[in-house]
Amino acid sequence: MLAAVENKSASVEAKPVLRVEGLKAYYQMNYFGVRREVRAVDDVSLTIKRNEIYGIAGESSSGKSSLIKTIAGAITPPLRVVEGSVKFDFGGKELDVYAQRPAMKAARWKHLSYVMQGSMNVLNPVRKVKHAFHDFAFKHMGLSEGEFRARVESHLQRIGLDPRVLESYPHQLSGGMRQRLTIGLATVCEPEFIIADEPTTALDVLVQQDVLALIKGVQQRMGSSIIFVTHDMTVHAAIADRIGIVYAGRLVEEGPTLDVFQRPQHPYTAHLIASLPRIGDTRKRVALGGKPPNLADPPSGCRFHPRCPLAVDKCKSENPALLPRNSGRVACWRAGEVEAA
Amino acid sequence: MDGFAKYLVRRFFQFFLVIFLGVSLAFLITNLSPVDPVEQSVSLMTSFGATDPRSVELMRSALEELYGLQGTMLDQYLSFWGRVLRGDFGPSLSAFPTPVMSLIMGALPWTIGLLTLALIITWSLGNLLGALAGYYRSNVLLKLSGAAVMALHPVPAYIIGLVLLLAFGFIWPVLPISGGAQMNLQPGFTFEYIRSLILHGTLPALTLVLVGIGSWFISMRSLVSNIVTDDHVVYAELGGVNSSKIFSQYVARNALLPQLTGLALSLGNVFGGAVITEFLFNYPGVGRLLIQGIYRGDYSLVLGVTTMSIISVAVAVFIIDLLYPLIDPRVRLG
Amino acid sequence: MFKILRDLLRYNIEFTIGFILTLAIFLFALAHFWAPMPDTAIYLLPPDMPPSAEYWFGTTSRGQDVLWQMSSAIWNTMLFGLSVTILSRLFAVAVGMISGYLGGKWDEFLMTINDTMIALPNIPILLLVYFVMRDQMSWPVLALTAALLGWNYDARLIRSVTLSLRNREFTRHAVFAGMSVPQILVRQHLPYVMPVIFFTAMNNLIWAIGLEVTLSVLGFSDINRPTIGGMIYWANQHQAIIAGIWWWIAFPIIAVVLLFLGLFLLAISVNEYIDPRSRLSRMGA
Repeated sequence: MLAAVENKSASVEAKPVLRVEGLKAYYQMNYFGVRREVRAVDDVSLTIKRNEIYGIAGESSSGKSSLIKTIAGAITPPLRVVEGSVKFDFGGKELDVYAQRPAMKAARWKHLSYVMQGSMNVLNPVRKVKHAFHDFAFKHMGLSEGEFRARVESHLQRIGLDPRVLESYPHQLSGGMRQRLTIGLATVCEPEFIIADEPTTALDVLVQQDVLALIKGVQQRMGSSIIFVTHDMTVHAAIADRIGIVYAGRLVEEGPTLDVFQRPQHPYTAHLIASLPRIGDTRKRVALGGKPPNLADPPSGCRFHPRCPLAVDKCKSENPALLPRNSGRVACWRAGEVEAA
Repeated sequence: MDGFAKYLVRRFFQFFLVIFLGVSLAFLITNLSPVDPVEQSVSLMTSFGATDPRSVELMRSALEELYGLQGTMLDQYLSFWGRVLRGDFGPSLSAFPTPVMSLIMGALPWTIGLLTLALIITWSLGNLLGALAGYYRSNVLLKLSGAAVMALHPVPAYIIGLVLLLAFGFIWPVLPISGGAQMNLQPGFTFEYIRSLILHGTLPALTLVLVGIGSWFISMRSLVSNIVTDDHVVYAELGGVNSSKIFSQYVARNALLPQLTGLALSLGNVFGGAVITEFLFNYPGVGRLLIQGIYRGDYSLVLGVTTMSIISVAVAVFIIDLLYPLIDPRVRLG
Repeated sequence: MFKILRDLLRYNIEFTIGFILTLAIFLFALAHFWAPMPDTAIYLLPPDMPPSAEYWFGTTSRGQDVLWQMSSAIWNTMLFGLSVTILSRLFAVAVGMISGYLGGKWDEFLMTINDTMIALPNIPILLLVYFVMRDQMSWPVLALTAALLGWNYDARLIRSVTLSLRNREFTRHAVFAGMSVPQILVRQHLPYVMPVIFFTAMNNLIWAIGLEVTLSVLGFSDINRPTIGGMIYWANQHQAIIAGIWWWIAFPIIAVVLLFLGLFLLAISVNEYIDPRSRLSRMGA
């Protein structure tokens, strides 16, 4: 009996909080007779555990932003989910983002919150900040108005904001304060899962450090999971437990942060890491030849092959699957040879 | 100087500039025209009967003095300003010797009443429908009502008014089609009189509403369909904020700001529509006064009504400009 | 250009309806060149004849054929509208582009004048112009006056487009390459401003035609020259409604409503084609 209970709690513990399976999301456009299909997210599967920070990296227009938006259920036509599923697990209750929309809407902010790209403009310009907290969080907390206000104020103080900001309008606050405020807003309900789309882009370096420390601190205190996107590899190095590398709409490599940085398995990851500046390193950085592929007409086989220094004939015709290797997963026909090269 | 004070100073400046340029324009048009108003008035009067040359001469100089047409152009201009500031446009020629100003003051309440009522209905209904149509894009009922108001929008006021007049005055005669109230009723706060006011105002007001509603609908719908993609709206949706609140507080409230500016900008045109509508329904406002003045060749009346219209529209625009900061904290708090 | 037209006709139902309506009305107006009688002649035909095989739309109390009157009237009305549109585009483009390109104090000055013009009520000013001109009022003078009153709103739109172009890379390149301001405006910026000009032109045309109808309905134009408003004016003068000569009023109203509808549909569908954002929302629908 006791064993069964233990067993169950163990299985809950082991069960990932987010499970993305075979996710395909395409921009489908048909206007004035021009039909276009852009495969922004192409067959991505990943899982995220409790209390884990997962970073998604990739260059601009690699589809990483589309991926995180699709996971958050934040996509609007013409971007549509074509295949696959995104399922959260909140306290043993499974929630499919695209099949259970009303339940999903009710779960937002209580279990799942979102920090948006360009969070400078996420606050309603014509209303005071306190209304945003009230609109987003009040119904989930089960507190009286007075208690709620006190809770919000103490929460803001903990993240280093004067509670008086609640009585101001967004345009009266500085960029750094607004960014802090949106993180405060995203964490006030202490959700199990936080999705962050480029949380530090467009901030200056000092504020960036500040915000990263803030996110990490909040996450550790609440034991929640975070998935975030940024092209900035230093941010990944600073806070991510695991990293996924996206190239041309596909996940090409995934693994614990340290391993990915030290022993990249995919040639593209190897290039990303090699192009990072290091103190004392005076070697010339080599730019990758060619351009990121056009997602409306991607190359056949492995999408990286036209730019890959290790490409062989097989890479041009057959798409490598994302398979477990060492401590992570990688999608490359010549995965073993990157370290050697 | 903070943003709010700067805003007020700008609006004040704009207000005085509109009046200055408008009044000067009215003066220039009348003075640069090849037609001499005095000769015109004289020939109008002499055409009614025999007049001896001496009394014509007398009349001519009296009219010149009346119209302020003596002295150099600059003298005339300054004396025109003097008369505008005193509110004295001389006696009306067609309703001699009633001063033009008292004719205008008698007609102004009718126009203000009709226009204010019609504008409030038009603006709120057009914006409400437009906002709903922009937010709930797939709703069939909203699409249909949108198509209807949009189809009416380009049709000029006179045509819409004429069709309404034919429909409710001749084909299905249920509403009065002429005048501001029943002739034999004593004006006052009696049920009979107010009922008559409302009935007489219905068709002119309906005309103005049908003419105006489409453009509010169109601009509001496009504003809203842009605002729904704004970060703060998308974010509220991802935050699970309920959709009626998103609609009212996040979408509509932001979209109303440019619409209020639009209201101020459109007043001049709306007034033009009212002129035509009043004439069509024989409504006793300044519009009818203006057109009657033109038909009767009443120089001082036409000039007076035009000048007063320019000033009244400028005042109304100014009032709206002063209301704007109340709903936009970015202007109020700098 | 033809490809765009073909695409629009094939994929945009509003454009197709608008195009067919406008084209039909245009062809009808064109027919007046082959009219069997001069359009200014009166009492040529038996008056007050209801629509029949001989007189399709009946005859007026002034002994004119309503059908042929309408053909000339639409032509004249459209001619007036087009003149106003072309003239006012010239003002709007000049003021808007110069204001947007120069920016700063000049921009502030021009836009203050512009906003002042917007706040002036058009109809009373036009009526005042008519009143002082009287018999010397001809349609070109009226068109010029209307054009002078009808450019300011669009100048603001054009200015905002030019303002956004001013800080773009290619503008700076052009400046460094030694191009003069007029050269930059005409060669570099005008192509970007063209869609806005085109769209505002459609709306302005609708406005100008509405203005013409309004003024001539009141008799404030050359009343002997057939126009849509002029026909209604004469019908009113002869108490056509009370006398039951409904065809004298009904057909011009139907014609003008169809013309407005056609032009309006063209305007909104062209706007949709030009504005990428509404294109996107259309794809999503």
